[in-house]
Amino acid sequence: MSSMTAAIQPQRPADFGAAGTSRDPAPAEPSASQHLSVAARHRKQLGTFAMSIPFFAYTACFLLAPTVIVIVGAFRTSNGGFTLANFSKLFEANTVSAFATSLLVSALSALIGAAVGAAASYALTIGAKPNGLLRRVVSAVSSVLAQFGGVMLAFAFIATIGINGVCTMLIRQLTGQTVNPNWLSTLPGLITIYCYFQIPLMIIIFLPAVDSIRPQWREATENLGGTTWQYWTRVAGPILTPRFVSALLLLFANAFSAYATAAALFSQRSILVPLMIQGAMRNEMDPNQQGFAQVLAFAMIVVVALVMMLSHAVEKRAGRWQ
Amino acid sequence: MSLTQGNTMTSHTDASSDAADSGSVTRAAQAVLAQSTDRGGGVQMIGIDKIYPGSGSKALDDFNLEVKPGEMVVLLGGSGCGKSTALRSIAGLEDIQSGRILVGGQDMTAVPANKRGMAMVFQAYSLFPHMSALENVEFGLEIRGVGSEERRRRAMEKLDLVGLADQAAKYTQQMSGGQQQRVALARALAINPKVLLLDEPLSALDAKVRVQLRDEIRRIQIEAGTTTVFVTHDQEEALAIADRIGVMNHGRIEQIADPVTLYREPATEYVATFIGLTNRLPGHSDGTQAEVFGQRIPLLKGSHTGDVTVLVRPENIALIAAGAEADAPEAAREGLNGIEARVNVIHFLGALVRVDAVLTGSGTPLTIQLPAGELPPSLNTGSTVLVAPRPVPALAV
Amino acid sequence: MAVNTITAAQDAASTTTPTTAVSERSVMPPQLRAMRVHKQRIIKTAILAVTLLFLGVPLLCMLIFTMRHPLSGRWSLDPWKAIFTGDGSSLGADLSTLWSGLGTSLALCVVTVIIMLLLLVPVMVIAHIRSRRMERVIEWVATLPLTIPVIVLVVGLGPIYRWLSADVLSTNPIWLCFAYAILVMPYAFRAIAVGLNSIDVLTLCEAARSLGASWPRVFFRVLMPNLWQSILSASFISISVVLGEYTVASLLGRMNLQVALYQLGQSNSQISTAMSLLALLFGVLLLVSLDLISDAMRRSKEEH
Repeated sequence: MSSMTAAIQPQRPADFGAAGTSRDPAPAEPSASQHLSVAARHRKQLGTFAMSIPFFAYTACFLLAPTVIVIVGAFRTSNGGFTLANFSKLFEANTVSAFATSLLVSALSALIGAAVGAAASYALTIGAKPNGLLRRVVSAVSSVLAQFGGVMLAFAFIATIGINGVCTMLIRQLTGQTVNPNWLSTLPGLITIYCYFQIPLMIIIFLPAVDSIRPQWREATENLGGTTWQYWTRVAGPILTPRFVSALLLLFANAFSAYATAAALFSQRSILVPLMIQGAMRNEMDPNQQGFAQVLAFAMIVVVALVMMLSHAVEKRAGRWQ
Repeated sequence: MSLTQGNTMTSHTDASSDAADSGSVTRAAQAVLAQSTDRGGGVQMIGIDKIYPGSGSKALDDFNLEVKPGEMVVLLGGSGCGKSTALRSIAGLEDIQSGRILVGGQDMTAVPANKRGMAMVFQAYSLFPHMSALENVEFGLEIRGVGSEERRRRAMEKLDLVGLADQAAKYTQQMSGGQQQRVALARALAINPKVLLLDEPLSALDAKVRVQLRDEIRRIQIEAGTTTVFVTHDQEEALAIADRIGVMNHGRIEQIADPVTLYREPATEYVATFIGLTNRLPGHSDGTQAEVFGQRIPLLKGSHTGDVTVLVRPENIALIAAGAEADAPEAAREGLNGIEARVNVIHFLGALVRVDAVLTGSGTPLTIQLPAGELPPSLNTGSTVLVAPRPVPALAV
Repeated sequence: MAVNTITAAQDAASTTTPTTAVSERSVMPPQLRAMRVHKQRIIKTAILAVTLLFLGVPLLCMLIFTMRHPLSGRWSLDPWKAIFTGDGSSLGADLSTLWSGLGTSLALCVVTVIIMLLLLVPVMVIAHIRSRRMERVIEWVATLPLTIPVIVLVVGLGPIYRWLSADVLSTNPIWLCFAYAILVMPYAFRAIAVGLNSIDVLTLCEAARSLGASWPRVFFRVLMPNLWQSILSASFISISVVLGEYTVASLLGRMNLQVALYQLGQSNSQISTAMSLLALLFGVLLLVSLDLISDAMRRSKEEH
């Protein structure tokens, strides 16, 4: 017991220093009760530590362990030795093209989603009460649709513009034109489908940012002689840009990680990285495919981590004044 | 005060005599223009009506106001009285449905807000968070195309004026509320506005900072000589800094006058009760005099006749006698007949003492205020005293 | 000096020059702000109309698709009847997989929510009270699943689940709950964090402790009543995530609602589309009811 306290002790003082200044205004100078309070603190620390064990143990098993398995697997030979050879498959033509497609689809759907979502958030806030019905309905629907990836989304678009889709039929009857039945599996089709969850996601992320724009800023700008254009370029634009960029990056990561929608649309073709991972997992017993799924997954982690770091950096830059 | 009325009257009389040559500009405006040379940055609001979309009642109802060049007028009133609407109408931040607004004799009614050359200090949150204090102050100058050297110099000058020259590089969110309002003031002054508009600039601040900044705003305003309209709901603030105070109610100015006149000679019941404490005493009025507790009190203009309520300030009620220590000589000197009252609470306020009492006969509550030195030492809660209104002009309603 | 008011002066003026007053009244000044509001409203309506059209059309098409047979063009409610009677034989579809998938998903919702609450609530509360640094660590860990793509997690979960199903548990899809608790963690964490930050937990605890309440009592009688709304919201979000989950289940070869929907979609797309619509509707209902609850809470707080 005491050795455990000692083991925890060295890591904790900074913690309690911080907590002490902000939370409990314990006397800093030595006092008669200090010994007692030190003992009490140790007991408290132990209590906090004990309470957090299940959380950290669980996340270690089901979050940390899988991630470690992926990373280790990427560097392992079939015998368990260390190798970099697995990575050579990353540079094969079809892998490179899958990455290119994934990046392109993610970037374009993020750009469109961010632009439309930001415009919609702005439209929801101007001239409306913060608790207006339209706004509440749209944000509730958005939070459902932002999660609406996967099989159901694929069905929605197949029903709309698939071979027997309602819009396909309508267009054929009205104009006589036949829509390419495989349009959904083309890049524009895929981007359109991705936008369907990107736009609502942008709305829920960006609405608070637009809300933080105070009407006084516009009035002050006008008052000081500024035009609408100057308001957008000099005041609202610069204030919103960091949060827009960080939301854009989040959308990119979201699209890049998406698997289910594409999987439901193309059962066989591995045109995106997640689909390629699926294929590699199915063929795991094939010695040629050793560690391929892990390498692809590792590469995805790297891409998403880079994007997230960038997003944090942008947010931090904005944090200078917030 | 009477001067204001004179001016307004003159302008309208002129207008009717010049009726013949009315062109695109209305006659009233022409008359004002004719007088505008000596007006500088004065503000005139004539017959303003304002109705918010979707609201049935008028926020401003035939609102009239004249602010002389270099003057500070405070618009005072409770929430929803239209004081902020009036201010925002001057700035062009609200549409008006009728009437006209002239600044320095120029008709501003159709001029968009960003061309009016006015500067406003808002209640809070108006500073741009992504700019430093200096950049905030420079903003208006930058929009006017002032070169960066000149801009910086002038902005620093204003920051120095509000005592924040050493904080110029800070982001405004790192500043205290009082400092933020100082920056807002500097930003407003930097563009040398024709009119400075202050919309409850102190109401979000702590009491101490509020008093300090209030005095500073007044000092700076006098130094700069800027025509200023200041909106507040705090009567103490208004009394402390105004050249004139306009007391607003239901979208109109009930009375506009200098603080002393407003306090001593309220024109309406609303003004009398809104500013300072007032006792409501029953009496009988003949229009020029009223009899209250057997005491004759001269009445102010606008008083009613018949059975009335006379509005008497707490300091205008004399404490004639307290218990055994009857202060007979003073009563004799003032020639007052007292009426009996019982003391409920005595509030010691420093230099002053406020005594809450009720009349033993009718139970009418009564507040008396007197210098602390004049408080009879034997006076206690429960003491019986003789009180009487002094013959100082009061309003009967 | 006489007491007078501007109003009095104005009255006097309007009696001497009535024509002036009339001409001032008759010309309405330009309504610059109103014009701008009008312009903004047009832009706003246009943007929202386009956005909502894009989001609404596929949903509408889904509805039409379920009611109109794509090949024969015949209108019927058969797919909906099949779902609500539980009998798909009239359309030649076997719905047993769908029902077992739905049952699994519903059970997964319950188990996942329980695991999530047990994992998050106690540790978040204690970290909130005792250590800001610990709170930050927990936040970082709990939101990490947003950064790691699910497909990547599955690659790593594969060996773990192989070992679990072979040596410890079974291949029963209910054990997906362990992975799902991780997937819902970021959303649940945020919902609970909002609740914790909106009340003064420390003062509440100190007040209760000073009145002699034990820690369990403080937790259940003081904190929970104040946090139930955010706990509810965390649970609802978790449920909607679990109901929509496809990646983990399909790649680990377990059956759940989405996998069943996908399989059914290969044979009868109308029924699977109708079922998707129902699932979506259920999600909307969950979130709207949450919105209504929080609205009612806010109102009752304002009244008191």
